Amino acid sequence: MTDVNDVPKVERPPGVPMSQWPSAYEYVLPTGAPGTVTLTIDGREVKAQTGDLLIKVAQDHGTYIPRFCYHERMKPVGMCRMCLVEVEGMRGMQISCATVVADGMVVHTQSDAARQAQDGVLELLLINHPLDCPVCDRGGECPLQDTTLAFGPGESRFVEEKRHWEKPIPISELVLLDRERCIQCGRCTRFADEIAGDALIAFGSRGAHTEVITFPGDPFTSYFSGNTVQICPVGALTATPYRFRARPWDLSAVETSCTTCSVHCRGALESSSNRLVRLLGVDSEPVNHGWLCDKGRFGYEVVHSEDRVRHPMVRKNGELVECSWPEALDVAAEGLKRALELNGPKSVALLGGARGTNEDAYVWARFAKGVVGTDNVDAQLGDGIPAEVALGLPEATIADLDRAAAIVVVGLDLKEEVPVLYLRVKRAAEELGVPLIELAPRDQGLTRYASTSIRSLPGEQGETARRLADALGGARGTDAGADAAAALLEGRAGDIVVVLGRGDLAESAASTVRAATELARLPQARFIVALRRGNVRGAMDLGLAPGFLPGRVTLDAGREWFGHAWGSVPATVGLDAEGILRAAEQGRIHALMLLGTDPHDDCPDHALAEGALNAAGFTIAIDAFVTDSTKRADVFLPVTMWGEKAGSVTNLEGRVQRVGQKVSPDGTAMPDWRIAAELALRLGVDFDLEQPEEVQDEIARVAPAYTGIDSTLLRRARDGAVAPVADHRDELVLGPVSIPLTDARWEPIRPGLDAVELEDAKTANDEADALRADRLTSVAQSAGAPPAPALHRFTGGVTDTAPPARDAYALRLVTGRTLYDGGITVAASDSLSELVADPVLLISPQDRDRIGVEDGAEVRVTSARGSLTLAVRADAAIGTGTAYLPFNLPGSGVSDLVDLSTAVTDLRVESLS
Amino acid sequence: MAFSDVNLTRARDIVARYPRPKSAILPLAHLAQDQDGWLTAEAMEEIAVLTGVTPAEVQGTCSFYTMFKRRPCGSLLVSVCTNVTCLVTGGPAILRHLTERYGDDDDVTVEEVECLAACGGAPALQVNYEYHEQLTPEIAEALVDDYKAGRRTPRTISGAQR
Ligand code: SF4
Ligand code: SF4
Ligand code: FES
Ligand code: FES
Repeated sequence: MTDVNDVPKVERPPGVPMSQWPSAYEYVLPTGAPGTVTLTIDGREVKAQTGDLLIKVAQDHGTYIPRFCYHERMKPVGMCRMCLVEVEGMRGMQISCATVVADGMVVHTQSDAARQAQDGVLELLLINHPLDCPVCDRGGECPLQDTTLAFGPGESRFVEEKRHWEKPIPISELVLLDRERCIQCGRCTRFADEIAGDALIAFGSRGAHTEVITFPGDPFTSYFSGNTVQICPVGALTATPYRFRARPWDLSAVETSCTTCSVHCRGALESSSNRLVRLLGVDSEPVNHGWLCDKGRFGYEVVHSEDRVRHPMVRKNGELVECSWPEALDVAAEGLKRALELNGPKSVALLGGARGTNEDAYVWARFAKGVVGTDNVDAQLGDGIPAEVALGLPEATIADLDRAAAIVVVGLDLKEEVPVLYLRVKRAAEELGVPLIELAPRDQGLTRYASTSIRSLPGEQGETARRLADALGGARGTDAGADAAAALLEGRAGDIVVVLGRGDLAESAASTVRAATELARLPQARFIVALRRGNVRGAMDLGLAPGFLPGRVTLDAGREWFGHAWGSVPATVGLDAEGILRAAEQGRIHALMLLGTDPHDDCPDHALAEGALNAAGFTIAIDAFVTDSTKRADVFLPVTMWGEKAGSVTNLEGRVQRVGQKVSPDGTAMPDWRIAAELALRLGVDFDLEQPEEVQDEIARVAPAYTGIDSTLLRRARDGAVAPVADHRDELVLGPVSIPLTDARWEPIRPGLDAVELEDAKTANDEADALRADRLTSVAQSAGAPPAPALHRFTGGVTDTAPPARDAYALRLVTGRTLYDGGITVAASDSLSELVADPVLLISPQDRDRIGVEDGAEVRVTSARGSLTLAVRADAAIGTGTAYLPFNLPGSGVSDLVDLSTAVTDLRVESLS
Repeated sequence: MAFSDVNLTRARDIVARYPRPKSAILPLAHLAQDQDGWLTAEAMEEIAVLTGVTPAEVQGTCSFYTMFKRRPCGSLLVSVCTNVTCLVTGGPAILRHLTERYGDDDDVTVEEVECLAACGGAPALQVNYEYHEQLTPEIAEALVDDYKAGRRTPRTISGAQR
């Protein structure tokens, strides 16, 4: 083992100031030579890798060493001393969480001396810990309780008065702190600093007075604060939405994926008395490492919102009134038939679908394209990336970020749109040393971790990406910023993982497409297309995109195949969202179906959406809420939401995972796919689908990219399956994992909750069956089926137009999404709706001085489209010549300024004082 | 601005002395305390900016040490020992006397402390951490007045002048 004292001391050369001299005293755990070591734990010989921590090695071999501060996803600190063990030949007790295994080590975790030490630590921890378990949220699932029972004295010799504090104190809007319960393990403070990068909580004072503090006026407003509640080993941290709502023994859980955004973090969804009460992060190595963002963690509240539509409605005498399902479905089908008879399939359009499951998307696609015969279908709202790009780029997985040669983030602010992916990219850059190249119009969440940030003004993203791609491809010397970025890759092999999104909804999508085209020229470039909406990837994959059929095949390529499977497909490529809205505005859409989408609030071009919704003919809303868009519907068909239906979803890397059902809806809401099947029946086609599993099996049969991803595989694959699964076979992990040693909810929760239920059914045959090559590579074909179509590939070739010159007095608009926005998840959830900020126009300090306004003053903002009045503030994160306004914040009105048909949006900002 | 211009320059120099700016938190806290007599919230915020950490981390670090005052404190801090040896040699009387005498003097803060490790010269006190031993209430008062009148120069930890 390396002794810290052996680290060679290097003299500082004369003339080099201390500030430029790197410290030789890094805190390093001695590791020794790489290889395998053999050690003995409680008399059993085990093998481990050099550098492994003793506590983890013991756990992996079935010996649980008690611990409080140690957490697998964070660096060891050795703060709580709970993990003391005896190591022969080492003086005193060793903390196994910071002891590295060595060859020949002999460890006793249960010897008298070890037990006495563990016992002593617990008694000390309990000196000031209140015994208020009956009124503590953690009671019943508390690591301190459990550990005390298993390793402790059971009785304390301490009879004096314990510490008292004011309780509880809010450390943020969502998290409360009962300080007397805290055992100073430092999990929360380390999480905030190390993982989230928001070190807004710290330890204050010392000794018996030590407490977790926030700075006055600077609360723990991290997007990830809820994780501290989950990993706190006592009841010191509680979340306001859950506090006093349930007792752990009353809860039942189902494993699921969060679909609030497109990362699809794994979670255990818990309910009590048919009410969702909690979502806990499950540790999935390829996806979320156990973390959730607060929007995902607390967004379940939307499910039980008072405003949910519980029964179907039809419009009678100008009012939406409740009716029976048969009546509503008949009215909807009649409306569709009328449009079809009068104007044909081209007059029918379907918008949305990104909130549902894959089963929903597939059955809707089959309904629209196979039954109605329209290709006017789009799950995006003019705010995304065209399907031919999104579905056709060479793909990277989230885990590929960890081993990339470099990461290039184009446009979007990951922290605001896909928070847990932000954590992963941050970790890759900060911990794993992967160079991070950022291309963005302003400083945003990741900027502080970027190795280099290239500013690109609205409209210039394509050009900036071209220069970067040139430099990365070896042609240097034209752009210093791009050259600097390329230099970061020297000596690094592997893929360049490009995270591509829409950072600016006022800039036309063509800019992003052009950027993708340029970067895709690099042979080592692979992409994660980060579109934010929950299951937008699954929806597009399964056919809710114009020009596409389920399974990432184009309409033309899949015509014969799907003609065989479905009977018919649309004759020509249809309209995308923008096209649909324009056609509707001009009165050419006679039946419009809105699948959980709200163009009025969520389309960047408000005037267009408004005009379209007003002029559209017969409108069918398939939604859970009456929104500004769906209030105009002629028929309203209420749907079940996340947590109320089982199925599968596809995340932004193409990973298909299951979502679980935990509660049944109030009222008579139905899953989308059933509604689609019912409507199809009324139009004369019987899909013959009764269970979501049957839909999954049909998808696996007919959707080429989903070949083999049927209900069996989905049930057995612990971390889901990345489509197309034939390319990702090696990553499949089948069956239940080792069952966690304790069921404590604070340990990283292992995935496989549901797989464990299947334990009985697990046989070797079953595993072999799930992985059988022919299941994964070929489709079970009926006789006479045509050859399977090839998957779509994006070949580039899209060009953008250079943006018009900006006149010196105008500011170019940047509008991006914020986490707590005006969307229904936030608006209809009590805890989250409190967190929405007031919209403020951000401009650079130089522009503020030029315009001559004070921070906080009201200004009039005018574009070619419209104008609005709001407060302004200078922010150094904003580039000169641009102005930033968050998209879809209540009251921001930014969509009144944007015209989707223009490349950029220029603003005049005038002082009102 | 929490730091005066002079002290801000000093603060930047101090930060530059360390390989990691974070290491300068304690010296900057001393500097701020010497300037204001105590650690104001604004000072902690400015230290956070200068050292690239959050204000919570600065407060966490500084609150570990009782020598950093987080409530207003006079420019003269008189720490009177009342631990065993001083207890039996008259420390409490000195404490009482000084507390009364300077009760409404904003420049002088009198505090009670544990053993100053000057038992051999008990009763003992410190004025801005400078030792004075074998005192009586009268000598102690005269001593503090000397400081107040400028006949003695109070020390500061950072060497900064107020
Ligand atoms: S609040 Fe909880 S997680 Fe944070 S230090 Fe205390 S016991 Fe640990
Ligand atoms: S990052 Fe996305 S998927 Fe993960 S918890 Fe947050 S909202 Fe849910
Ligand atoms: S778990 Fe090892 S010291 Fe806390
Ligand atoms: S008891 Fe007062 S200095 Fe020791």
